Amino acid sequence: MNPETSRRLLFDMLRIRSVEETIAARYGEQKMRCPTHLSVGQEAVAAAAGAALRPTDLAVSGHRAHAHYLAKGGRLKAMIAEIYGKVTGCARGKGGSMHLVDESVGFMGSTAIVGGTVPVGVGLSYPMKLNNTGQISCVFLGDAVPETGVFFESVNFAVVKQLPVLFLCENNGYSVYSPLSVRQPPGRKLYELVAGFGLETHHGDGNDARAVYAALSEGVAAIRGGEGPRFYEFETYRWREHCGPMYDNDLGYRSVAEYEAWKLRDPVLALQRALITEAIVTDADVADMQAEIDAEIEEAFAFAESSPFPPPEDAFTDVYASAAG
Amino acid sequence: MATSFAAAIRDGLATALAADDDVICFGLGTDDPKGVFGTTLDLHKQFGPDRVFDMPTSEAAMTGFAIGAALNGMRPVLTHQRLDFALLSLDQLVNNAAKWRFMFGGKRGVPITIRMIIGRGWGQGPTHSQSLQSWFAHIPGLKVVMPTTAEDAKTLLLGAIFDDDPVIFLEHRWLHNMKGEVPAGDVREPLGKARVVRSGDAVTIVAMSYMTVEALHAVDHLAAQGIACDLIDLRSIRPLDWPTVITSVQKTGRLLALDSGHLTGGVAGEIVARIATDHFASLKSAPQRLAAPDVPEATSPALTKNYHVRAEHIADAVGRMLGRDVETASLVAQRTFPHDVPGTWFSGPF
Ligand SMILES: Cc1ncc(C[n+]2csc(CCOP(=O)(O)OP(=O)(O)O)c2C)c(N)n1
Repeated sequence: MNPETSRRLLFDMLRIRSVEETIAARYGEQKMRCPTHLSVGQEAVAAAAGAALRPTDLAVSGHRAHAHYLAKGGRLKAMIAEIYGKVTGCARGKGGSMHLVDESVGFMGSTAIVGGTVPVGVGLSYPMKLNNTGQISCVFLGDAVPETGVFFESVNFAVVKQLPVLFLCENNGYSVYSPLSVRQPPGRKLYELVAGFGLETHHGDGNDARAVYAALSEGVAAIRGGEGPRFYEFETYRWREHCGPMYDNDLGYRSVAEYEAWKLRDPVLALQRALITEAIVTDADVADMQAEIDAEIEEAFAFAESSPFPPPEDAFTDVYASAAG
Repeated sequence: MATSFAAAIRDGLATALAADDDVICFGLGTDDPKGVFGTTLDLHKQFGPDRVFDMPTSEAAMTGFAIGAALNGMRPVLTHQRLDFALLSLDQLVNNAAKWRFMFGGKRGVPITIRMIIGRGWGQGPTHSQSLQSWFAHIPGLKVVMPTTAEDAKTLLLGAIFDDDPVIFLEHRWLHNMKGEVPAGDVREPLGKARVVRSGDAVTIVAMSYMTVEALHAVDHLAAQGIACDLIDLRSIRPLDWPTVITSVQKTGRLLALDSGHLTGGVAGEIVARIATDHFASLKSAPQRLAAPDVPEATSPALTKNYHVRAEHIADAVGRMLGRDVETASLVAQRTFPHDVPGTWFSGPF
C-alpha cells in the first residue's frame, strides 16, 4: 500500500472517531434531538471502503451511517447540521442522523429500517451495468441484515444479473442487545452462508484498516471489471451503546472482558502505531492531523448551532415532485 | 397503587403466560436487558426461554411463524419496538393471518397478537413514528386495539391474547410512562367496547390512544369555560363500537373525530363518513375531524411543532363548531417541557 493511502486511512479514521466522540460528548445538551447510532470502534471498514471506492461510485447504508457518509466524502457540516435538525443539514432537517445523504459524493442515502436499502443498492447498480459506466454500488450492512428476507432476495437477483454490487457487512456481533447466538445457529459464518447464492464472498478482520483496504481494492476492481457482485464480511466491535452516546456494558448483555479485549484492538490506535513504527507518519504528523480535524469539527458544530431551523412550512414540502398531490 | 402503562403491559403478558401454557411471547429484544421499554422485562426468567424469546430481524418470517404456531394450538404474542418495523410483515398479516379463517371456510382461526409501538417526536422521524391503524383496520379479519390507560393496556392485552382472531395491538410510546390504577389478576376485557371518558352535551369527541390524552386536556379546559363534551376513547378500532358513538352523537348533534394517523383514508374519516351517511338527521352541524397532516413526520424538532394535533387544536375546533370563542392560551402555557417529548422523563435517545 502506498504511504499516501495509509495516511488517508489514518486521517479518515481519526476524523470519524473524533466526530463520533464529539457527538457523544455533546449529546446530553439536548440539542441533537434524534436517535443517533455511533460507530466508535468500527472506523476501519468505513475508512477502507471510502478509500477503495471512487467518488463516482454510489453507496447506501442503514441506521449506523455516520462513518460511511464521512468516509465516502460526505460533508461534515451538513451531517452535524442534520443531526441538529437545521435547514443547512444534508436532508434539510427532514431526516436526522439515520437519514444521511450527499449525492455529490455518491452517498445516495441511509435509512432506518434494517435491510431497507439493500435492494435499493442493487437497483442503483442496474443502470451502471446496462450503460457500462464503470461505477459500482456499495451496500453497507450490519450483521442483522442477513436475517431479512429482502437481503437474500436482493443478493439472488444481483447474482442472476451479475450486477456490480459490493455487499459490505460490518459484523459487530450484536443487533441492539441481541448477540448473534440468538439469531444464527452456532458455527455459522455469514460469508459462507451468502456464498451459497453463487457469488464470491470474503471474510476478514474489520479492525485492520490496511487489510480491509487491500481486500476491498481487489474486490472493487473485480466487480468493476464485470465479475459480478461480491460479499465482504469484516468482524469488528461497537464500543458505545447501540443507540445514544453512553456505554452500556452495565446492562450485562455482553461481558466487560469481551469489550476490553476488543478495546485493546482499537483500529485507530493500531493503525497509528503501525504507521509511526514504519515511519510513514511521525507523532508530529498525527498531531497535525488531529489539530486539523479538531478545527473542522469545531467549525461544523458552530455551523450547526448557528444555522437556522427550517421554516415551519418546510414540514409540508417534498412529499411529491410538485406541490399538488 | 398506580402502575405505568409499560408495567401494565408486562403485567398482562405475565398473567397470560401464567394462565395458559400455550401463550408464547417473542420479538426483537424481548429478553434483552431493556425488555422492550420494560414491557417484557425478565419474563424469560420467569417463564423460560421456550416461551419468551428473542428473534432474528426477520419480521416477515416470524409473523408467518406465529400464524403457524397459532394454527397448531398456540397463542403467540409478537412484539415490534416500532410499528414501522412490522411493515415488513404485511403480506403475512394481510394475506395469511387475516384471511385464514375465511379462505378455508371457517376451519381454523389465527389467534395471534401483534404488539406494535408507535413513536412520536424527539427525532423519531419519517420511519419511526407512523400511526397506521387505518391500514390494519381496513383489512377484514384483523382486529385493531389501541389502549390509552394503564388499566386498558392490561385488560385489553389479555382480551387480545385470548381472542380467537388476529389482533394488532397498538401501543403509543408516549403512553408508556403514564400511570393509573390497574386491576390485579386475569382481567380480560372483550374487544370492541369504547369508553365514555367524559360526559357532556355540547360535542361528541371521538379519540383513540394518545389522542385521548390530548382530548382530555381540551375537554377539561373547555368544561371550565362552560362547554361540556362527550369524550369517547375508542379503545378498539376494529371492531368499532358504533352504538356508543351513535348514542353520543344523537345526544350532542355534533361530532369531532380525532386521529393520530394521517387525514386521508384515516379512521377519523371513516367515523365521519358513517355518521354523515347513516345518521345525518342527528347532526346539527357538519362533522369535523382532526388528524396528522398528509406528510411524513420530519426529524427536526422545528418541523414537528405544528405537526401533531394537540389539546389547543381540539379546543379550538370545538369552539368553532359551537360558534363560540374559547380561550386556549392558558392551555398552551401549562406545557412546561419541549413540544417533542411526552414529559420531563423522556430525554432520548430512543
Ligand atoms: C426491520 C427492522 N426491524 C428492527 C429494527 C430495529 N433495529 C434498529 S437497529 C437494529 C440492529 C441492527 O443490527 P446490525 O445490522 O447488526 O447493525 P448494528 O446496529 O450492529 O450496527 C435493529 C434490530 C429496524 N430498524 N428495522
